[in-house]
Amino acid sequence: MSDIASKGTRSIPAPQVNPETEAFWKAAEEGRFLVRSCRACGRTHWYPRAVCPFCASEDTEWRAASGLGTVYSFSPVRQTSEPYVIAYVTLDEGATMLTNIVGCAPDDVRIGQRVSVLFHPSVDGPPVPVFRPHDGERP
Amino acid sequence: MNRERACIVGAFEHPTRKAPDKSIAQLHAEVANGALADAGIAREDVDGYFCSADAPGMGPTSLVDYLNLKPRYVDSTDIGGASYLALVSHAARAIETGRCNVALITLAGRPRSEGMATGTAPRMRNPSQPDFQWEYPYGITNVNGYAMCAKRHMHEFGTTGEQLAWVKVAASHHAQHNPHAMLRKVLTVQDVLDSPMVADPLHRFDCCVISDGGGALVMTRPEIAKTLKRPVVRVIGAAETVKHQAGGDIDLTYSGAAMTGPLAFAEAGVRPQDIKYASIYDSFTITVLMQLEDLGFCRKGEGGRFVADGNLIAGVGKLPVNTDGGGLCNNHPANRGGMTKVIEAVRQLRGEAHPAVQVPDCDLALAHGTGGQLATRHGSATLILERA
Repeated sequence: MSDIASKGTRSIPAPQVNPETEAFWKAAEEGRFLVRSCRACGRTHWYPRAVCPFCASEDTEWRAASGLGTVYSFSPVRQTSEPYVIAYVTLDEGATMLTNIVGCAPDDVRIGQRVSVLFHPSVDGPPVPVFRPHDGERP
Repeated sequence: MNRERACIVGAFEHPTRKAPDKSIAQLHAEVANGALADAGIAREDVDGYFCSADAPGMGPTSLVDYLNLKPRYVDSTDIGGASYLALVSHAARAIETGRCNVALITLAGRPRSEGMATGTAPRMRNPSQPDFQWEYPYGITNVNGYAMCAKRHMHEFGTTGEQLAWVKVAASHHAQHNPHAMLRKVLTVQDVLDSPMVADPLHRFDCCVISDGGGALVMTRPEIAKTLKRPVVRVIGAAETVKHQAGGDIDLTYSGAAMTGPLAFAEAGVRPQDIKYASIYDSFTITVLMQLEDLGFCRKGEGGRFVADGNLIAGVGKLPVNTDGGGLCNNHPANRGGMTKVIEAVRQLRGEAHPAVQVPDCDLALAHGTGGQLATRHGSATLILERA
């Protein structure tokens, strides 16, 4: 799953990993996409936090995510040397995350479109989860 | 609440829009002088000082030193461009509770001279900011964040690019009368749609100007205000909040104004339909449209129809908005539009706006600010102002 996204996407700066998020980025290096869920209230949130933003429980855990989601909104950014599509994707687990859409022409992205995760390398850091149109296969 | 309302007695907008030959502290000093001269209050009488965290130095400390003030109350709240509306509220509370008698609020900056790519380049912020690692790698910028709000608004409510363009057209109609405005050419809807696409669906003319400059306000107790020669403006309602991503329950269709608007109206005891003039934060056209809905000037989803056909143009539409030309055409000093929002509302309430845009018998106004990333993480502050 750590395949490289389509050419023409911008170079991605490395995420600034900290102790709270280390496990997420380590999993990303292994091609696994995790979300943070709460054992007390059962909900999954984004971005991942040690303390649940819904019920304030400290009893949270990493879970393997489906890697599937739906485009909530997006914007093709063209006035730059490396055009890209920024987007919010609502994960099947319920939370909405900021990401990029790759692997298709910017004009082909649609709100409501099904997408699946893949990892894109960052510059001198762990790969970051981005999304591409979902073809029906499991990601 | 029965209390003597604090008053705005001095307001000054720096005439410059490009100041490569001046320091930021110098601009703060110049706007302070301007507002104090407007109020007719001596600098020695200032005992409360307010700026935001963008001021050079640690909070207010360096500027208090530079200006040689002797405050017994200071505040450097930072909620981006909305800070100055929140600072008016904070100064009002400080005055009403006896913490200070004369409050000075200043803003200054030089993003234009410094060549900042204000809206279009991802900004390197503090890596300890908890959201940073989840956003910066993806190339989030001011303009594409606002663009995603516009895209979702279009998807849910059928809002169009033409309707967004009307917000800019209205600003340009006002700016033609402002000799200091950066963009004084009257624009058409087609001009906006024909301008280069920056982040789809936002065109270049959907964005505000980038300007150097600043502004300042002076506030005081009503009994002192009565002794001054200038018209007095009372702060009768105020509220502030932070709208955010709610743990991933993201909704890009509304802003913090949905909370601060009703709170400020309730405190003031007035309704949206009572407002004669509104200063609405206009970093981008979508900002105005969404805030008008959230403040209750029209229903959610009807902002596009509300702003169309010149409804925001003084003398033409039902709700004159940003009669100085706003951030979209006049001035967005230091990338922070909240100060100029208050200043133009004060001009309207004093009857001192340009005659071509002055609202007749303007006795009640609203000023609202949105600072940060619209709908995902921004400060929001509303003021209801009344002519005394």
